[in-house]
Amino acid sequence: MSIHDWFKRKKLQKETEYTHERLDIPGNLWVKCYKCKQTLFAKDLENNLKVCPKCNYHFKLTAKERIKQLTENDSFKEIDASLISVNFLNFRDTKDYGDRIKETMLKSGLKEAIVTGFAKIGEIEVALGIMDFSFMGGSMGSVVGEKFTRLVEAALEKKVPVVVVSTSGGARMQESIMSLMQMAKTCAALGRLRENGIPYISVLTDPTTGGVSASYAMLGDINIAEPGALIGFAGPRVIEQTIRQKLPAGFQRAEYLLEHGMVDIVCERKKLKETLLKILRFFRD
Amino acid sequence: MAKAENKNRVLLDFEKPLAELYQKLDKLLALQKSGKMDMSEEIKMLEKRIENTRREIFSNLTPIEIVQVARFLQRPTTLEYINMIFEDFVELHGDRNFADDPALVAGLAKLDGRSVVVLGHQKGHSTKENLARNFGMANPEGYRKALRVMRLAERYGKPIISFIDTPGAYPGIGAEERGQAEAIAKNLREMAELTVPFIAVITGEGGSGGALGIAMGNRVLMMEFAIYSVISPEGCASILFRDATRAKEAAVNMKITAKDLYELGVIDEIIKEPIGGAHQNPELAAKNIKSAIIKHLEPLLSLSHRELIADRYQKYRKMGIFKEE
Repeated sequence: MSIHDWFKRKKLQKETEYTHERLDIPGNLWVKCYKCKQTLFAKDLENNLKVCPKCNYHFKLTAKERIKQLTENDSFKEIDASLISVNFLNFRDTKDYGDRIKETMLKSGLKEAIVTGFAKIGEIEVALGIMDFSFMGGSMGSVVGEKFTRLVEAALEKKVPVVVVSTSGGARMQESIMSLMQMAKTCAALGRLRENGIPYISVLTDPTTGGVSASYAMLGDINIAEPGALIGFAGPRVIEQTIRQKLPAGFQRAEYLLEHGMVDIVCERKKLKETLLKILRFFRD
Repeated sequence: MAKAENKNRVLLDFEKPLAELYQKLDKLLALQKSGKMDMSEEIKMLEKRIENTRREIFSNLTPIEIVQVARFLQRPTTLEYINMIFEDFVELHGDRNFADDPALVAGLAKLDGRSVVVLGHQKGHSTKENLARNFGMANPEGYRKALRVMRLAERYGKPIISFIDTPGAYPGIGAEERGQAEAIAKNLREMAELTVPFIAVITGEGGSGGALGIAMGNRVLMMEFAIYSVISPEGCASILFRDATRAKEAAVNMKITAKDLYELGVIDEIIKEPIGGAHQNPELAAKNIKSAIIKHLEPLLSLSHRELIADRYQKYRKMGIFKEE
């Protein structure tokens, strides 16, 4: 690891603090933007959908916040909430995977890195999947793959479009080969959806890399990315180490992907819902 | 023959006990050659002893030792297997889009007279060859070439056989710009929908998405000393244990050997390797692969398009271990 990476990691840690600790604690009035370093009034940030009003930096959202922003009040009905990861390989790194799951559940208030269900966006019913980076970096193990697949299968049955908001560091290494197999499983399900002419809109948010980008996140009929989101197959550090070169400015950011033809739209968070709705209406009519 | 003998002599780290025996053998061979004494009995005995020692070593390999065998420079490559298993191979090039990727080869061939499409990652035996093949790490155009020939196979109703041997898809600037993630993702979706029988054989390194990107067969076969995993043991150690030197431990934890994956239901058959690994006897290894392919292909040939897709869907649909409260 170079010194450069070390600073990057520090920054990243700080950002997590802001998004998941400071912002959620009532009474914490001021927040510093991770990107422009401006001190912001927490309420202003909340009211601005957690986008920095000064520099347009899109803070990470929890699944709960994302659902609130995108769907009609109380329209979200969760499915498959009872699926829980197990440490079937007896995997242990610096911690036992089973313990890690339990701790993450407590800390994040989530049961897994994806929440799935049905909801209304405007007047349109959709099958909705929302990933949450605060659950083990949004990594995909058996449960994420299974919930995604069940969501797609349920959408097929109900004949409603699928919208999935991704954020993930990739496959969950603690589940080893089984996490790799989730890529096959989810993509096979998307193949069926496609055969049956049901639309799938993929929203890629910061960051979406590895096994999730190399499976369902990149396969939308329409791919939408949030501004500045890091999206790619390999992480920047791995690439830098492999090619031993500095990476170009803006590399693997949403705008860069747009330029290279990998996403259809880079969409500001405040326009995301209306953009989704336009697309959904296009498919409906 | 001289070449084959040479190959025997390039020893893996854990084969060191053989070095001494080979030295003795050389002495005996020299004596025999000089014509002063008849050492043929002794030579035979020593050769037998070398074989036995090797068998003993290989009957008890640890996961990290299996990783070494899977990555061994002498290990037969995809093109070598193709030439030993099939007849009338015609290599095809290019993704019709951007370029030809030498790290992933593909073409038309005959398997005991039956037309099939074959493809696979291509490594080299030397640094020079490996540079030309990018160490078997394909770029997006490689995966797109693979999809092109799979589609070709489908159009003409020909079975597909793929050979997997890659450290992973190439992590480079160009690869990202040209959509490495999209290329692999699209292959996964399209492989699921193929209307022809598809057999994947993991011959060496099955490195993550780069391996899976051409490995979604109706059947997945794996060589005895091949590996298949979501990340390399070194990568896993450096990320999860924060210490790249703990790869040995990671290799155990990750369950990456053919035996482990068979038990987990990820692969359908383990293909036996010659004593000391495929490189000790490439012809025998190829023969074993060929009979395994034929055995698994046969029942698939009578399935309809719909049944083949359903068969594949069910195979991958089952993957995953979790609990439902």
